[in-house]
Order: sequence, then C-alpha cells, then structure tokens
Amino acid sequence: MPRYYTEEHEWIDVDGDVATVGITDFAQGQLGDIVFVEVPDTGAELAKGGDAAVVESVKAASDVYAPVDGVVTEGNGQLEEDPALVNSDPEGEGWFFRMTLADKSQLDGLMNAAAYKQFCDGL
Amino acid sequence: MSETEEMGEELAIATLPLDAWHRAKGARMVEFAGYHMPIQYEGIMAEHLWTRESAGLFDVSHMGQLVLSGDGVAEALETLVPGDISALKPGRMRYSLLLAEDGGILDDLMITNTGHSLYMVVNGAVKWDDIAHLREHLPDAVDMNLLDDQALLALQGPKAVEILTALGIRPEFDDIVPVDRLVFMQAGPYLWGEVRLGVSRSGYTGEDGFEISVPAEHVAALADALCANDAVRPIGLGARDSLRLEAGLPLYGHDLDPATDPVEGDLGFAISKRRREEANFPGAARILGHLADGAPRKRVGLTVEGKLPVREGARLFDGNREVGIVTSGGFAPSVGAPIAMGYVPRDHAAPGTALAAEVRGKRVPVAVAAMPFVPHRYVRKMGA
Repeated sequence: MPRYYTEEHEWIDVDGDVATVGITDFAQGQLGDIVFVEVPDTGAELAKGGDAAVVESVKAASDVYAPVDGVVTEGNGQLEEDPALVNSDPEGEGWFFRMTLADKSQLDGLMNAAAYKQFCDGL
Repeated sequence: MSETEEMGEELAIATLPLDAWHRAKGARMVEFAGYHMPIQYEGIMAEHLWTRESAGLFDVSHMGQLVLSGDGVAEALETLVPGDISALKPGRMRYSLLLAEDGGILDDLMITNTGHSLYMVVNGAVKWDDIAHLREHLPDAVDMNLLDDQALLALQGPKAVEILTALGIRPEFDDIVPVDRLVFMQAGPYLWGEVRLGVSRSGYTGEDGFEISVPAEHVAALADALCANDAVRPIGLGARDSLRLEAGLPLYGHDLDPATDPVEGDLGFAISKRRREEANFPGAARILGHLADGAPRKRVGLTVEGKLPVREGARLFDGNREVGIVTSGGFAPSVGAPIAMGYVPRDHAAPGTALAAEVRGKRVPVAVAAMPFVPHRYVRKMGA
C-alpha cells in the first residue's frame, strides 16, 4: 500500500479507491501536546487544499487540508476520546479520516517517504 | 497544515543573553516581544505540570527592568499609577498599573522600593512605550535607567525555595533576611559568590517562587547552577502562558489594553485606599465611578464544557445576543480541561452565568467562573 506525503505534513495511504489521511510524526512533534482533534463528517466533500480537519495543541489551533479531492467515508472517532493518539502514534492509530479518491492523478504531485524526509531536513 | 495563530514577525529580532543556552537545551525558539524566545523545550504540558509539582526556570529577560531615583520619586510616579507608592516600605513590592489620562491601562508592572530607588519590571512588548511615557510625564529631577545589561530569571514551583536556598545565596547586608525568609512580594539584594542579585518572592504562575535579576554576563552560569538540581527544568513561554491563565493572571496586550480601565480588568485591588480618597491618579473620575457603581463590563474566568479549546478572539453569546469576547484561552494542563478569560457585561459577570463561545461557527457552552482556576500557593507569612 503506497504512502504519500504533502508539503503540509500530511500522509496519505492509498488502498484502491480509498485513502487514509493523517499528520506526520514531524508535524505532531512541531505541534506538541495535542488536546483536541476535529475530524470531518462522513459524507463531507473535500477539495484538494481545502480545510478538512482541525488539530489543537496546547498552544494553538492548526488546519489540516485535504490532500486530494474526494468524499469522507469515515472520521477517526477514537481521536475524540484520546486526541493524544496523534502524538503517540501519528502515522498509525492516530489517523484522521478516510476518503474516496476522486482523481488519482492528483497523487502524482505528492512526495514519497524519501522525498518527504529530504523536504523536512531542508526546513 | 498551517498554524492559524502565528506570532507576528518583526524586523531585527533581538537575542537575549541566554539565547545559546536555550538552544543547547533543545528549546524551540519563536519571536516574542521583539526577541527570540523559547516557546518550549520538552513540551508545554510536561513543563507546566513540572512547575506545579517541582520547580521551573523561566527566562524573562525580555521584560524591562527600570530604576527610578531622585527626590520625590514615589510622589512623582504616583501621578501615573494608582498605587500607594509613597507608603511602600523598603524591601516591599507592589503590583500596579501605568494609566493613560483617561484611565486606560498602558501596562501592568511591579514596583519595588529598594530603599534608595524604585525598581520596576514592565512588559517586554511595551517597554519602549512605557519608557517614553514615563520620561514625558516624570519631572527632570527623576532619573530613569533601563537595566539593559541585567537578565531576569524566574524560579517557580513548590521546590523553588529549597533549590534557591541550596545555591548558597546570602544577603548582601545584615538587615536583609535570607532568601527563604522572604515572603510573597518582598525583595532584597543578595550575593551569589561575588555576583550581585536582586531577588524577590514573586512570579506569574500562582506558585511560590522567586524572580532573580542578575547581570547578563553571569546569567548562563546561574541558570546552569539552578538546572544542576534535578528538581529544576527550563520552562518555555508556552507553559508560562498556561500557568498564568490557570492562576487567573491577566496578560497585557491580550486581557488588558488601553481601552480597559482597572475596574473593568478586575484589578480594583491595585487602586490603593489613600489614592481612592485623594482621587488624584489618571482617569480617577472614570475609575472611581466604576468602583462605586460597577464597570459596564468586567474581566471574568470561564470554564468550558467539553474538550474544544476556546481561544482569544472567540465571541461570547447569551442566546443569540453577542455579549462579550474571550481574551485568553486554551487547554489548562492542571485543570485537565479548556479554560478561558474574557470580558462580559456586569449583569453577566456572576459566577455560574451560562454563556456560549463561538469557535469555528459552533457554539461551545461556557460558564463564568471564579478565578484563580488553580489555587495560589504564595507564601504570605513566615512560620515560627
């Protein structure tokens, strides 16, 4: 299952026509202690680059953008009870939402793990 | 992902004496009040809780340290602040407010009588404005010096007193008590080896603790000596903000500003009895009127239902009617929930009043709450 990364520090796992989206370990480290996550409702239509979710650290609220166009199929309900999952397992249990892929060609503009690591090293 | 609340950028950001020290400790640096400052080291939550249970070391060298001296300095300063500065005894300090002509708050500050001068600590973000205001309004007979070669540290938390005592700091003069015998809002001159320190029992966390003025050339050594004790960890601005919010202490530029007078800001205690009787401080008519009849609006604490943080700028509603605004807010680590402070009309200021805050179009139930949210643990009296 290929994993892609955005310059906004989201990761996207693609499985057929469905993608799982979260924020990267680098992102959670930058944000610090996560105290609240607002995931999109099932059925919400997302446009690439548009607001999709909000993650709140002790310090500030940050937007999470949709990496591609699509429709939300599921939000991670566990984050409501345990937002710190984003700190402890950002690229696993701390996923944010799942969505359909309206246009797979949009994945072409994203980074793979090696390219994302290089991107973070340059920040 | 991008931060929706970024700190403003300014040209020519200055560095503080401990800049390299912070970076070596793994701090994440941000711009604040024109300086590079540590926002956090290991994490805001851990730093906050550590300060409440052990001791935290804060670098607040961005704040302005001023010394006013000359004949009649206390009386002169009283023309600009509402406190009874003439009655301030040597070694005592007082929280006060720099007031504009109309009674609006230009800054909040600490004033200490050193015995031969008044030592003041003012907010970093407005220190240049304060200096200009003071120079413009104080008579030429009053000398004002900015101690820009002094750093300022705060050691805060229940273990602060034992840690500072273990450092071997001794009073500079015979009539000065040892640091562990200072009480809240008392200060004095001390020696750490040959290094002269100004130490006060005060702070901005609600905990017992000390603030230490130290020559910039010695501050790294002092910070190292304090952090050599395992009970001490460096604490960033992030936890400083969450600690003071839990303690119910306002932050200038957020909870207080020139459009707000001391009564609206719930700081009536800073207007001394004698000054009320004499009614001779800036904005006295407005402020005394508000003291007598109540101000139209008041700074209050707010508890938040649920987990969604309610932050600065959130509008407050009573039903469909907009009644106020949040001026500070966030997750409170020691409370374990979001809290906030803000301004509401006086008929909405009673604890328990149910309101709603608007966050991203949603209404979050909040209730007016008495402050502090976490009890103060100041040491006000010495035991036998």
